[in-house]
Amino acid sequence: MSAKVNSSSKREIRARFSPAGILGKPFRGLILVSRKYGAEWWIMIAGALIVAFIITVAVFPAVFAPYDPLDQEAGGQLMPPQAGYPFGTDNLHRDVLSRVIFGARTILGVAFAAAILSSAIGIPLGLLSGFVGGILDRILSLIMDSVYSFPGLILAIAFAAMLGPGVVNITLAVAVIYIPTYFRMVRGQTLSIREEVYVEAARAIGARRWVILLQYIFPNVIASVVVIFSINIADAILTEAALSYIGLGLPAGIPDWGMDLAMGKKFLPSGTWWMITFPGAAISILALGFTMLGEGLAEILNPRLLER
Amino acid sequence: MKNLLRYIVTRILLTIPMIFILVSLVFVVLRIMPGDPVKSMLGAHAPQEVIEQKREELGLNKPVIIQYFEYLGQLARLDLGRSMILQQDVTQPIKEKLPATLELTLVGLLFTLLIGIPLGAYAASKRRSGRDFGIRLYGNIVYCIPVFWMGLMLQLIFGVWLDWMPIAGRTSARTFVSMFEHTGFYLIDTLLIGDFGAFTDVLVHLVLPSLTLGIVLSGVFVRLTRSNMLDILKTDYVLAARARGIPERKVVYRHALKNALIPVLTMMGLQFALLLAGAILTESTFSWPGMGRLLVQRIYLRDYPTIQGIIVVYAFMVSIISLVVDLIYALIDPRVKY
Repeated sequence: MSAKVNSSSKREIRARFSPAGILGKPFRGLILVSRKYGAEWWIMIAGALIVAFIITVAVFPAVFAPYDPLDQEAGGQLMPPQAGYPFGTDNLHRDVLSRVIFGARTILGVAFAAAILSSAIGIPLGLLSGFVGGILDRILSLIMDSVYSFPGLILAIAFAAMLGPGVVNITLAVAVIYIPTYFRMVRGQTLSIREEVYVEAARAIGARRWVILLQYIFPNVIASVVVIFSINIADAILTEAALSYIGLGLPAGIPDWGMDLAMGKKFLPSGTWWMITFPGAAISILALGFTMLGEGLAEILNPRLLER
Repeated sequence: MKNLLRYIVTRILLTIPMIFILVSLVFVVLRIMPGDPVKSMLGAHAPQEVIEQKREELGLNKPVIIQYFEYLGQLARLDLGRSMILQQDVTQPIKEKLPATLELTLVGLLFTLLIGIPLGAYAASKRRSGRDFGIRLYGNIVYCIPVFWMGLMLQLIFGVWLDWMPIAGRTSARTFVSMFEHTGFYLIDTLLIGDFGAFTDVLVHLVLPSLTLGIVLSGVFVRLTRSNMLDILKTDYVLAARARGIPERKVVYRHALKNALIPVLTMMGLQFALLLAGAILTESTFSWPGMGRLLVQRIYLRDYPTIQGIIVVYAFMVSIISLVVDLIYALIDPRVKY
């Protein structure tokens, strides 16, 4: 560190203008940690703040939204952003800001449910496959690798087309394509942890196989699962938005960012920029938040995980 | 050499189970999953006799196992079935639309590589600087932007506000496609007949959609190139090259980059899959008459044989691309031993 070389006046200036000096005591601990560990912590904290903000909005939409998202008498038709309507209004006189706020709830709900579902299937299969090995491992790996190599969105489109629109159906369609993501990661980790000395020790003292799996291997896999889960939610968000953008998502009546974009596309040639800018930016920011959170976590928990 | 030959043969043979699994998966998704294609085709209130008749026509009244083997047999003869709604072979519209999709994805890939690889290499050579951080940030942000939103924003800026580029289709109305349609790749077709006016028109229509695809996927390549470059720049031969006094720029972009590109190439198979998925969304955004738009249109029509056919073609493309990439990898990198 070059801090020793700095003169005391420089240090003073730095203390006064550093983020810690400005934000004050409550954040000081956080910021000291950040400075110690570098950019990764900043990325993670920024991601966490974005995610926390949008989740708060999604949980209490009525507090933030000025209008009902379905209210067709909220304002004029296709009004550009102005006082009272910061994001403008759409072709059906609805307030775009309110739709963006209520849409957060839809997309977060679908993405979370899908990620939980696919991890609930992918993690046990991966553990089993890596731990048991043999023919089971070969078959499962071949299937999962084939699915993984296939463009996920196309698979999700096929599912969604078959199941028809609906919150549950779209969640299923998104969940299916991410099972291999968890499977591959957990299997890989299990394979390497299985060879660790402490697992061998457990085996030597006669621990049962399922005890080894659940008490020795599983807890060591979990750290990586957290990372993948966060990044996976970002992916699921993009997939959900894509499905509803091409009209495979949710029935009309549920505010949804992807659907609003598809609607805005029709009015794009006339220059109604607000109908596409805000829902699209919302998708990007939310996905970015989860990615940053996941990548920051990855760097901190397991730096080699995302290096491919 | 013998090893290489054996690797090539095994790799080709391994493609068969992969295609088989994908094709079976498509079958499971489209035939066995809940949801009755006949009912959704005819509407829920269709009389029972009509439904039964349709079912027989489509061969859906047979046991699932028999349907499955019939389907595999058809595929082995490269027959994708017949669309009941439009009374045409499924292969026909796919043949028409495939070149449009390939043209879009290949030019998109070109943009991706042109943006991603130099940025990644540059970031690695300036490791931990502000510029490195900026480029990494670009990579992350761009990856999180939905490809269709990127397309819409580019349309808004360059098509509507600046009015520089068209925002829909492959050609403008004054260009007669029938004059030059030959291979289906309009860039090549227009050059073949030497019509530069039409060539420019095609090119101008291609820029925004392929740039959209290229920008969104360039993020992945920035990251891949950067992390590979970082590893390579630590190696002894780079140190040796520097010690010999070779200019830094030459060391980075000539000596190191060549070797850093090999692992990037292996990832291209997976990236191509992403590109195809992105192309579906880009095609819908830019009204691009390719396979993705066809897929979306046929979903609205509930034309299940065509939907199935398109997805099978995608599965074939993905398997073959990943095969080709692996083979190139084995051929260009003599260190690879299997």
